[in-house]
Amino acid sequence: MNTTARWFWFSSPQTFFPLAGTIARWCALGAVPLAAAGLYVGLLVAPTDAQQGEVYRIIFIHVPAAWMSMLIYLVMAGWAAVGLAFNTRLSFMMAQALAPTGALFTFIALWTGALWGRPTWGAYWVWDARLTSELILLFLYLGFMALHASIDDVRRADRASALLAIVGAVNVPIIYYSVKWWNTLHQGASVSLTKAPSMATTMLTGMLLMALAFWLYSIAAALVRVRCIIRERE
Amino acid sequence: MLAVARCIVHRDLLLALRRRSDVATALLFFVIVASLFPLGVGAEPHLLRPIAPGVIWVAALLSSMLSLARLFAADHADGTLEQMLLGAAPLGVVVVAKGLAHWLIAGLPLVAIAPLIGLQYDLGGPGLYGVLALSLLLGTPVLSLIGAIGAALTLGLRGGGVLLALLVLPLYVPVLIFGAGSVEMAASGLSPAGHLLLLGALLVAAIAFSPWAVAAALRIAMD
Repeated sequence: MNTTARWFWFSSPQTFFPLAGTIARWCALGAVPLAAAGLYVGLLVAPTDAQQGEVYRIIFIHVPAAWMSMLIYLVMAGWAAVGLAFNTRLSFMMAQALAPTGALFTFIALWTGALWGRPTWGAYWVWDARLTSELILLFLYLGFMALHASIDDVRRADRASALLAIVGAVNVPIIYYSVKWWNTLHQGASVSLTKAPSMATTMLTGMLLMALAFWLYSIAAALVRVRCIIRERE
Repeated sequence: MLAVARCIVHRDLLLALRRRSDVATALLFFVIVASLFPLGVGAEPHLLRPIAPGVIWVAALLSSMLSLARLFAADHADGTLEQMLLGAAPLGVVVVAKGLAHWLIAGLPLVAIAPLIGLQYDLGGPGLYGVLALSLLLGTPVLSLIGAIGAALTLGLRGGGVLLALLVLPLYVPVLIFGAGSVEMAASGLSPAGHLLLLGALLVAAIAFSPWAVAAALRIAMD
């Protein structure tokens, strides 16, 4: 009884509001040195790639952004499911707050991918399975935000976009595999993102540092946004 | 339960029959979109033949999507939908019946006329027209069922039509890939069975899951 009470303690926007502020501050403070360290390792310490030269260094932004774009969609759908199941206001607010950050990372992943693809593949855009499914993921984010924005009644907007997020999450694997098969059937193995089998430790370190920095940034950004949403609604 | 479903299908078909122009518009849209491509890319058969499956499928996607807005709108406007929600019949059954009616009105005519469009594009051997029709036969019900989710979510919203496209089209991607893919496989002399089976799998999954989602979306919209 007591534990359940504590479990739901922070599900009230009023009690969560100050906590969100504290967590956001610490995450933002943590993200800055981690990003600096990640960029330092990535741009200065990590060795030049034997095949791709200096161009590959964009992966220190690209790969963590792509990870975050997918993870945030899952977290968003998770909050949406929690909101629909327990009817908690805060869960819907979290889902709504995560969407712009997720869309931002999806866009960054696509943009940096294009910058990397130009010198490596010779084209800004290739209909590779990952690129295409990332693009569709961006559309899913935009659809989520557009649906939320176009419904005036907040309660209905929350629940409708939550349902859409769950439907999207169910569809993401189907879309990914269909695009993958489509791609292999269409143009064979012309381009693949497979990297050298063993990645240098410094490269991995840089990427993990950047991923951690992006994690902290996402948490901070989402919590700051959720504080705005709480202020606006409550 | 089946009686309810039959009743709804019958009613929707009767309504469509009374207003034939609505049905004809979606079909005409399909034909026009498919006819625009040769004007845009050029009329050479060697250009048209490879793009035919994709063009026909994209046109079918758009045409099916355009008629989605009407799926629940009229019933929502005159209060019938509210009665259906309050009624004793499970909402899932109502949704399946409405989806079936939508497919009979908007999907089945596409299946029937698609081989004719294929002929315009000089698709190839007679077997290909069969594959095209079969792929549409399996795929268009999926479009109706997935689209119903979007239609229910955007019920009564301003700018609903454009929003519906944004929500629904990304979810249509697998159907498009397997649908057009099956025809392309057949055109290049390979067996289209794999793609058609996957389309069938999508259909089964859509029949199983989408009524839940549509029912939930309708409950949210009518809250």
